[in-house]
Amino acid sequence: MNIQAKRDEVIERLTHSGGRGVLRFLTCGSVDDGKSTLIGRLLYDSKLLFEDQLNVLERDSRKHGTAGDEIDFALLLDGLEAEREQGITIDVAYRFFATEKRKFVVADTPGHEQYTRNMATGASTADVAVILIDARKGVLVQTLRHTYIARMMGIRHIVLAVNKMDLADNSRGRFHEIVAEYLKSADALGFESITPIPMSARFGDNVTCRSEAMSWHTGPTLLEYLEDLDLDTELRSEPFRMPVQWVNRPNLNFRGYSGMIVSGKVSVGDAIVVAQSGLAANVSRIVTADGDLETATAGDAVTLVLNQEIDISRGDVLASAEQRPEVSDQFAAEILWMANDDLLPGRSYLLKIGTATTPATITTLKHRVDINTYEKQPSRKLEMNGIGFCNVSTARPIAFDPFREVRDTGSFILIDRFTNQTVGGGMIEFGLRRASNIHTQAMDVSKERRSQIKGQKPTLLWFTGLSGAGKSTVANIVERKLAEAGLHTYSLDGDNVRHGLNRDLGFTDGDRVENIRRIGEVGKLFVDAGLLVTCSFISPFRSERRMVRELVDDGEFVEVFVDTPLDVCMQRDVKGLYKKAQAGEIKNFTGLDSPYEEPEAPEIRLDTSKLSAEEAADQVISHLRERGRLG
Amino acid sequence: MSSIQENVKAYAARFAGDSKKPADRKLSAHLKALEAESIHIIREVAAEFERPVMLYSIGKDSAVMLHLALKAFYPAKPPFPLQHVDTTFKFGDMITFRDALAEELGLEIRVEINEDAIARGVNPWDSGSQLHTQILKTEALRSAMNRHKYDAAFGGARRDEEKSRAKERIFSFRDSNHGWDPKNQRPELWRNYNTKIKKGESIRVFPLSNWTELDIWQYILEQDIPIVPLYLAGHRPVVERDGQLIMVDDDRLPLKEGETPELKMVRFRTLGCYPLTGAIESTAQSLEEIVLEMLTARTSERSGRLIDHDEAGSMEKKKREGYF
Ligand SMILES: Nc1nc2c(ncn2[C@@H]2O[C@H](COP(=O)(O)OP(=O)(O)O)[C@@H](O)[C@H]2O)c(=O)[nH]1
Repeated sequence: MNIQAKRDEVIERLTHSGGRGVLRFLTCGSVDDGKSTLIGRLLYDSKLLFEDQLNVLERDSRKHGTAGDEIDFALLLDGLEAEREQGITIDVAYRFFATEKRKFVVADTPGHEQYTRNMATGASTADVAVILIDARKGVLVQTLRHTYIARMMGIRHIVLAVNKMDLADNSRGRFHEIVAEYLKSADALGFESITPIPMSARFGDNVTCRSEAMSWHTGPTLLEYLEDLDLDTELRSEPFRMPVQWVNRPNLNFRGYSGMIVSGKVSVGDAIVVAQSGLAANVSRIVTADGDLETATAGDAVTLVLNQEIDISRGDVLASAEQRPEVSDQFAAEILWMANDDLLPGRSYLLKIGTATTPATITTLKHRVDINTYEKQPSRKLEMNGIGFCNVSTARPIAFDPFREVRDTGSFILIDRFTNQTVGGGMIEFGLRRASNIHTQAMDVSKERRSQIKGQKPTLLWFTGLSGAGKSTVANIVERKLAEAGLHTYSLDGDNVRHGLNRDLGFTDGDRVENIRRIGEVGKLFVDAGLLVTCSFISPFRSERRMVRELVDDGEFVEVFVDTPLDVCMQRDVKGLYKKAQAGEIKNFTGLDSPYEEPEAPEIRLDTSKLSAEEAADQVISHLRERGRLG
Repeated sequence: MSSIQENVKAYAARFAGDSKKPADRKLSAHLKALEAESIHIIREVAAEFERPVMLYSIGKDSAVMLHLALKAFYPAKPPFPLQHVDTTFKFGDMITFRDALAEELGLEIRVEINEDAIARGVNPWDSGSQLHTQILKTEALRSAMNRHKYDAAFGGARRDEEKSRAKERIFSFRDSNHGWDPKNQRPELWRNYNTKIKKGESIRVFPLSNWTELDIWQYILEQDIPIVPLYLAGHRPVVERDGQLIMVDDDRLPLKEGETPELKMVRFRTLGCYPLTGAIESTAQSLEEIVLEMLTARTSERSGRLIDHDEAGSMEKKKREGYF
C-alpha cells in the first residue's frame, strides 16, 4: 500500500470517530447520586480505560473503594489527593472519551453549594448538562440549583438522569413522578430540550446499553442521546461577531486583525463595522497559515485583512454592518458572585468582556435570586455563591449582545482590583441607554483655562488614615498655607459631607463604598473647576481610593497616608469615639471591628508620631511644589 | 545535511512570508475546533502578558504547541521566545532536532541547565529518578522563570494525561514560589481568561488542555508536523531494566551486571531523559502506523515515564512544589 493510501485510510478511521466534532457535557448531582460512577461507566463501556489504569483502579478500589469487591468507578475520577482521602469532589475534572460517532469532553463537577463556582466553571463551556437524581430521594433543592446554574451559564439542553433505578424497583411510576416534579420548576427556565432517562449507573442500564429491567423506557439511552444531539445549526444563524485579540503587523505590507469568530460567519467582500466606533470597511482577505479562506464561521480562529485602514485595536468587536451589537456603558446583568468578600454596589472592579477590560461598578442590586426556589428577594449585597440582578456601569462604553443571543459577547467576568481574583461572572440581559461618549457637550472654558487663570494645577489631596490620625488637622494647616500663598482651595471632610450630600448613608461596608464614590465625584468637579482640594476621610478600602484616583487625570490625585498607629489614635481619642466603640455603642468602627487597608504606594506618608502637624503640612506643600502643582 | 535538518527546513518554509494562496489543507472537524481553541488561548497570552515564554520540551506535544503558535501569529513570528530546560540527559536526537528547529524557524530558544548540579554529579541512576527530576528539572525551571522574570509560561500538558492535570485550569495561577494551590483555583468561565497577577506571580497556560493523545497524533499526521525520529520504530540498542526497555543512547549509562545492550525494533511514546524513558517494541515506522497502533493500544502514555510511578498522587505533589 502506498503512503498516501495508507494515510487516507488512517484519517478515515480516525475521523470516523469524531466526524461530528466534539460534544462537551457536564454532569452534576449531589454527593453520592452516582455521578462519578456514571462517568466511570461511560469510560469503561467505551473501552477507553488502559490496562495500567485498570490495575491502579483495582488496587485503589480495594484500598478506598465503597463498592465492596467490585470495581469502584468513582475512584477513577477523584483526582486530587484530598478528594481521594475524604471521598468528596471539590473541583471540576475533565474526562475524554470517543465513540464511533463523536468525541466527548465530560466536565465532572462538584455538587456542594459551597463549590458552586466550580460547577459554574464546568457549565460555562458545556453544551449539555446531565443532571443526576437518586431515584429514592427524588428532586432535591440541589437538583433545582444545578439546573438554574446550567441555564444561567448558557446551557440549552438538559438530560435528567434518574439514577439508581435498581433501588427503586425499576418503577415506571416512580420515574414519571420524579420527572413531573422536576418539570414543574425547570419548565419555566426556557431550555430548548429536557430529556429524562431512567438508569442505573452501577449496572450500566440505559447508560450505554438498553435496560432489560426497564423495557418500558422507549426513549434513548444516555449515550445514544449524546451521540445524536445536533448542535451545529444553532451557531450559524447568529450575527457575525469577532472580538479583536491581536493586531498582526509583521511589516508595512501586512495589517491583519486576529481573533476567534464567536458568532455567525464572515466572507471575503462582507461589509463589517467596528462596533464601538462605527467605522466601516470590507473584508478583503481571511488569512490562516494553511492559506486564505473564502468564508469563516463561528469557532474559527482567523486573521482578517480589510480593504481600508481604519483604527482598530485589541478590545474592539468587529461585527456585521447590518446587525450590530449594542454599545453602552450601562446595562442590566445577572451576576454570580464567587468571592469570600461580598459584592458591594459602588465598588470598582475590573470587567473583562471578550478581549476588552475596563473598570466597572455595580450601580444597583435590583434583587437576588434564591437559587433553590427561584424566588426573587430584595437585598443590598451579594455573598459568595449568591446570584443577583444588577445594573452595571463601565468606565468606557463596551460592545455587547444579550447573553441569550450570543454567549461570548454577552458574558463577562469581574476581577478584584487588589487580589486579582475572579470574583464574579455576569450575563448581560439588556443595555440601559446608548453610550454617552458622543454627546458630551464641548465647553468653551476648559479645566486648563480655569486653572491657568488661577495660576495652579488642580489637585485632589486625599488624606487617609484611622480615626484620630490627624487627617483634618494636617489638611486644615495645608489649606491655610496654600490660601496664604494666594492659591485657590477647597476642602471636603466628614462634617460638610455627612450632614448634607451623604445624609442617607450609614457605616456598613456598602455605605462606606458609596460615601467615597460620591465624595470622589464631587472632588472631581472641584478639580475640574481648577482648585486645590483637600479631602480628609478614613476611606479604609484600597479599591475605593483607587477608584477616586482613576476619576481624575494623571498627577491630579495625591494620596496622603496619615500613618498613625492604632494605639496612638486610641490614646488621643479626641472625640471619645474609640471608647464608645469599645463599649459596643458604635458598630463597624474602623481599626476595631472593621478593617483598614493601608495604602501600598501613597505619594506621601506622614509619620505623625515623629512629625508635628505643622511639619507634616510643610512636607505636603513641598511635595506639591516639587511636582509643579503650585504654579 | 541530515534528514532532521531537511525536514525542519521544509517545514520552516511553510511559515516564511505571506503566501496569499488559497487554503489547501483539510482538517477534521474536532481537530479544527481544538486548534482554534488553542490559538485563541495563545493569542490571549501574547496580548495580555509582558514577558511570556513557551516551555518547549522537544516532544510531540511541544511540536504541536509550537505549530499552533506559528499558526496563531502567521504571517508574523510568535512574539515570545522558547525555553528548554535541559537536564543534559536528553536523547541526542532531541538536541539535534531542537537546534535545527530554532535555526530554521529563526526563533530564540533559551536553554537552562543546572550546571551546578551537573558539576556535583547529579544523574538519574545514582540520584534516583525523584531527586534527578527535582534538581535538574524543577529547580532549573524555577531558576529560568526567575532569571528571565517570565510572567506567563505555556506548557504542553493535557488533561487526559493524569488525574491531577484533569482538574487544572487552562490558565493556572502560581504564587511567587511557583506553587499551585489546587483547592483555591480561580473560576474559569467561558473563554474569558483572567490574566491579572501581581509582580513575582505567574500563570502557567496549557493550550493543549482539551487534547487527547490520539488528537495529538492525528493532528501531527494531518498537518505534517516534523517530530523527533525516536517516535518512529527503528533498531536501537536497549537493555531491559525493571520491566522497562531503556535505550543506551550514549556511553554514560552504567550497565548493571548481566546487562548487554541488544538491538531491538523499538519506538518511544513519550520522550524525556533517556535513562528514565521506557521504549516499546514496535514496527511502526511511519506516523500512519503509529496511529494504527495507538488505536489498538492498551497501555496509557505516561506509564512509559518512570516518574509517575513513585507513588499515587505523585504528580500533584510535584506540581505543588513547582513542577510544571
Ligand atoms: N445501586 C446503585 N448504586 C449506585 C448507582 N450509581 C452509583 N451507585 C453507588 O452510589 C455511591 C456513590 O456513587 P458516586 O459515583 O461516588 O457518587 P458521586 O458523589 O455522585 O460521584 C457508590 O457507592 C456507587 O457504587 C446505581 O445506579 N445503583
